[in-house]
Amino acid sequence: MNSYTIALAGNPNTGKSTLFNTLTGLRQHTGNWAGKTVVMAEGEFSRGNTTFRIIDLPGTYSLYSNSADEEVARDYIIFEQPDVTIVVLDATSLERNLNLALQVLEMTPRVVVCVNLIDEAKRLGIRIDLEKISQRLGVPCIAISARNHIGIENLLDQVEKVANGTIVPNPVQITYSDQIESKLAQLEPLIEKTLGSRFPTRWIALRLLDGDESLLRTLKKRMQEPATSSGKECLTHGQTVCH
Amino acid sequence: MPSISIPLSDALMGSHICLDRIDVQGILRRRLLDLGFVPGNIVEVMQKSPLGDPIAFRVNNTIIALRKEESSLIFGEYVGSDEK
Amino acid sequence: MGKPFATNSADPLDALLSVARNSVEGSAVRDTIVSDIYRTSRSICKEAVTYEDKKKLSSAYKLDNIVTSKIWGYPIMLAILGAVFWITIAGANVPSAMLADMFGVVEGYLTAGFQAVHAPDWLHGILVLGFFRGTSWVVSVMLPPMAIFFPVFALLENFGYLPRVAFNMDRLFKNAGGHGKQALTMSMGFGCNAAAILSTRIIESPRERMLAILTNNFVPCNGRWPTLILLASLFMATSATSGWQSLITALIVMGMVLFGIVITLTVSWTLSKTALRGVPTHYTLELPPYRRPQIWKTILIASKDKSWSVLKRAVIVAAPAGVITWILGNIYVGGDSILAHMAAFFDPFAQIIGLDGYILMAFILGLPANEIVLPILLMGYMSSGAMVDVEGIDNIKDVFLQHGWTWLTALNMMLFSLLHYPCGTTLFNIYKETKSVKWTLLSALIPLAIAIGVTFLTAQVARVLGWV
Repeated sequence: MNSYTIALAGNPNTGKSTLFNTLTGLRQHTGNWAGKTVVMAEGEFSRGNTTFRIIDLPGTYSLYSNSADEEVARDYIIFEQPDVTIVVLDATSLERNLNLALQVLEMTPRVVVCVNLIDEAKRLGIRIDLEKISQRLGVPCIAISARNHIGIENLLDQVEKVANGTIVPNPVQITYSDQIESKLAQLEPLIEKTLGSRFPTRWIALRLLDGDESLLRTLKKRMQEPATSSGKECLTHGQTVCH
Repeated sequence: MPSISIPLSDALMGSHICLDRIDVQGILRRRLLDLGFVPGNIVEVMQKSPLGDPIAFRVNNTIIALRKEESSLIFGEYVGSDEK
Repeated sequence: MGKPFATNSADPLDALLSVARNSVEGSAVRDTIVSDIYRTSRSICKEAVTYEDKKKLSSAYKLDNIVTSKIWGYPIMLAILGAVFWITIAGANVPSAMLADMFGVVEGYLTAGFQAVHAPDWLHGILVLGFFRGTSWVVSVMLPPMAIFFPVFALLENFGYLPRVAFNMDRLFKNAGGHGKQALTMSMGFGCNAAAILSTRIIESPRERMLAILTNNFVPCNGRWPTLILLASLFMATSATSGWQSLITALIVMGMVLFGIVITLTVSWTLSKTALRGVPTHYTLELPPYRRPQIWKTILIASKDKSWSVLKRAVIVAAPAGVITWILGNIYVGGDSILAHMAAFFDPFAQIIGLDGYILMAFILGLPANEIVLPILLMGYMSSGAMVDVEGIDNIKDVFLQHGWTWLTALNMMLFSLLHYPCGTTLFNIYKETKSVKWTLLSALIPLAIAIGVTFLTAQVARVLGWV
């Protein structure tokens, strides 16, 4: 019996909560405005021999520390290290949505990208080459329609494969300007020396360059706690950072 | 052809603006960047609220409403509608 | 800042940050990072996404040309609000009456059963006249309107209309010093103020969030809708012919809601000029595309979940309240029931604001939940001697009339219900969210003061002008 933890990330209004309800069967009323999910919902479902614990992160436009929501979502991915993070994208505004996916990919490689509202996109005459996106991002990319139950099985197949290691994603690394890249090259070894390989070094370097003090505060707090031997163990204790 | 940079708050309804400057600092700047108010991006001016403020803008195919206080600090130039 | 126990953990991080800081000039880093990410996603989209027809893309927003237009924006908003109330009121009439009749019949059987086994009067009183009657009133008065209101509201919400309301009204909130998202938290308040207090978390600025918390109560929640609807239909729309009655009731209820919004804006404005001074913070509001809601699914989920939870709460609070009220009404001290003593105590003050002692007492005893104010009131009246047989909703009016109600009493009870302090659960949530006794108290006292002030004014004006 396997058990995995999955986090759902995505912009507001992408149907993240609808997907959550579809997966868990937990009937909640899903709203249609920005920032509706202020508290994280948590649910469970099983599929074959596998149980999934699924956490609906707050809907955010990015994962910098602009707001409490963003911090909560970011901290969950970095510190709780879910087995798989599903990034839910709105097929009708992929450009903005992909930003968040790219940010998540900097934080963890275990990602499945899911393009929701694919039926809506079709209706609007938007054609999306999923192969291409998947190839460019380096992670599985599945088209679904959460409200009409399209593509859910396929999505779960991929999630399970990433969770049990059948698929090892190889996420794209964004190349920044030369100026930033050279600073990253300076910082990364220092970070590796201080923090070890528990956290994504390049991402932390970027956050430090950005002067993200709230991350630093959280890091300090986490460092004072007894370090777990590997990130994996964080998953087993049920406490999430819901508040 | 030289063109003049105007604040989004003064742009004509229905026009397309290519952003060139965002004079906002702090958290709001970050939020605006996240939403796609990035220099070089094209914004369509959609609709004024019935009371004249805020104004709705379409950026990356999503509609974002901004109050005058903010939209008057975002600058850009008129472009043809289908320029990319 | 606490002392770091482990010297090797805290300092190296600071060192890292300063290394990072030193290597960066100005604040251009974020811009570069974000635009590099954007460049990447744009290039992916360019390769992977093709648009058959750009025109089609804007079609999802076509409706905004009308719904948020200068001419039609507000009329449409008012029309939708009115329509929602009308559907709720017209649709709830018949099932409410049917439920009330049904419960009346059941109560008859229960009474007969108690008599058959020679149960003591007090037991029959507590269980049937207190517990059962209290609960059945709440159910028959509340369930039908809520089972209609919530699904209709959820349809509007899922369609994407609510953010447009926030967009249309933003200017008003800005002038009042409030946050644009206050309109969204207010819409949550229509369902439940306690839940709406939690929803104010979407407002990040503490000052504006406090404004939204302190004024949320001026939006009538599900516990108060039935009171507003019932009193409006019993006392305000009586002269109209039956076909127009629902419409007039709907208009009156809508008037109440609009008045609540005016008070919200006034209080926000006053506070933002005094105790919560400051300028509105920046914000962005996304207007999501209109999406055709899954009509039946939405209706089913909303009526099942919302109505059920509302009902459960009502019954859980109403049942004990019914029992307590019955007991208070039937224990006699010096010739009068305790209830009557309490009512007599409040009566002089209540008369000044156009209410009576029983009404005020019902509001006080109803602090745990607004749902039970009306049942407590009815029970208070019934135990006070004039024992009438209240089976149908029509008879409720007789009870009121026997206790000297006029349209002014009804109006002021509606106003008091709309404006008075939030329920216990809401206050508890306010305390949890603000962690401040002072603000929690204020969130009860400000509305209370306004409720007393407004009802005092209407009562005095009506009396001086000889309208009652």
